[in-house]
Amino acid sequence: MSGISQEDVAHLANLARINIPTKELGHYASQLDAILNAVAVVSSLDTSNVAAMSHPVPMTNVFREDIPGVSLTAEQALSGAPAVEDERFRVPRILDEE
Amino acid sequence: MAEAVMNYDEAISKFDPVLGLEVHVELGTHTKMFCGCSTVFGAAPNTHVCPVCLGLPGALPALNKIGVESAIRIGLALNCEIAQWCRFARKNYFYPDMPKNFQTSQYDEPIAFEGYLDVDIDTDEGRKTFRVPIERAHMEEDTGKNSHVGGATGRIHGADYSLVDYNRAGIPLIEIVTKPITGTGKYAPEVAKAYVAALRDILRGLGVSDVKMEQGSLRCDVNLSLRETPESKLGTRSETKNVNSLRSVERAVRYEVTRHAARLTAGDSIVQETRHWHEDTGISTSGRPKSDAEDYRYFPEPDLLPIAPSREWVEELRAALPENPAVRRARLVADWGLSEIDMNTVVNSGALNLIVEAVSAGVEPAAARKWWTGELSRIANDRGLEIDDVPVTPADLKRLEELISSGALNDKLARQALEGLVSGEGDIDAIVKARGLAVVSDDGPLLAAIDKALAADPAVAETIKSGKLAAAGSVVGAVMKATRGQADAARVRELLFEKLGVSE
Repeated sequence: MSGISQEDVAHLANLARINIPTKELGHYASQLDAILNAVAVVSSLDTSNVAAMSHPVPMTNVFREDIPGVSLTAEQALSGAPAVEDERFRVPRILDEE
Repeated sequence: MAEAVMNYDEAISKFDPVLGLEVHVELGTHTKMFCGCSTVFGAAPNTHVCPVCLGLPGALPALNKIGVESAIRIGLALNCEIAQWCRFARKNYFYPDMPKNFQTSQYDEPIAFEGYLDVDIDTDEGRKTFRVPIERAHMEEDTGKNSHVGGATGRIHGADYSLVDYNRAGIPLIEIVTKPITGTGKYAPEVAKAYVAALRDILRGLGVSDVKMEQGSLRCDVNLSLRETPESKLGTRSETKNVNSLRSVERAVRYEVTRHAARLTAGDSIVQETRHWHEDTGISTSGRPKSDAEDYRYFPEPDLLPIAPSREWVEELRAALPENPAVRRARLVADWGLSEIDMNTVVNSGALNLIVEAVSAGVEPAAARKWWTGELSRIANDRGLEIDDVPVTPADLKRLEELISSGALNDKLARQALEGLVSGEGDIDAIVKARGLAVVSDDGPLLAAIDKALAADPAVAETIKSGKLAAAGSVVGAVMKATRGQADAARVRELLFEKLGVSE
């Protein structure tokens, strides 16, 4: 019913930065298809009068006052970083050479 | 790198431009949008960070009430409707400036939508109002700041690696997006600039941001497309980023019109892409093409509950909005009897509010305007002060004007009194006393000075007697000089004519 293609899986894997070998694309496509088909049972019901739910808690407008709290020190913030330079997170080259 | 362009007038004669503007404004809240980290600019790197804005596992966002309130106020000031109910959404992408791997933003449920902003520009047919339709204003968060190391230019291209400071990540942003702006014709650049300027004035008036384009608290992206006639369907647009001054907004629109026109005329298509504006060279260069990297897989943010502003809250905020700057300006132009040019001078001097305050303290508008745009602007400039920081109160100006109208001071002495005031020599009366500032009203010394001036230039008396009254100016000037400005010029003139037996 949903029809997830191997191309869809490859596209999603690329967007999510997941390395899926080409030979496994079919495997995941059929698994994802099975999941979506299972969930699609819901569409056999008339839900025209039911609002889509994104939050299970019936609450709105939960705010915080605009008052500064406690931040980490730079040392704490950087303690888990694989690489640090000048009190900053050092990250690999962002753009590939063109 | 530079592409072919067509002369602007020719381009406009062949095509109809359609504009779109996206403005990001950084709010001036004390804390970030979703955590209590400080937003103060210029702190040591990675010291205004916490598990939430670093995207550490398990951290939960907590929404800043003032961020929401500011968004609603901005929406109202832009004549928008305010959503009855809306949510945040995750915009998923991988880029090191956003450690969560998503930006918390709003997608199809912006907090404000369907508004407009009217802007006035000068056209060949006089001043004209253009209505800029606003599609939406939504809440989101700023990203961290990358600095690129290695390579020749310090830019991302050719860098070996990058360093990231997350102090800015999570600072509240409001993104304000127009609908396609049509019907501007050749005035597209001016309308774009006037819109951003008007928006900046409104945001400043609301007090929600310091709106400094050069520091990035107000950032503008310019979308532009051309079509053959206003009846044709919309052409492919380019999106120019990094347009960070009002002047650049105008230039970027003008440049893109000329670039699009050259391509279309040559039979080339326009690539839908992001372009980068270069302030120094006045051109834009191609950035990344819009492609499937733009597939952000938005979904409702599960960690933040929906926002349903009560109508009471919205109306309370609406009632407390400041007067729209353009409306206020029009009102003041009428009340003060100014020309648009005079008003421009006032606004550009940055002293509009100071003048308004002086007028409400009872100073004549013309006088308040004269002092603030003239002498006090000069003093501020000479001393490197912001005009707002010049220590002259409305009461000071009122007293100064009283002394002038009673004849105790003239213009020149009043300027000296202002100098004294800014130098912290006390109040106006104290300065007048200490500096001995007083118009010489006794005729004796004035007559003596007139005699001296006439003796120094014997021909002038004959010239005046022959009817050339304008020549009196040099004598009055000499007397003013001799009395170090303390004479009443009108009285000197009177005495001079009496002496020479001439009548005005």
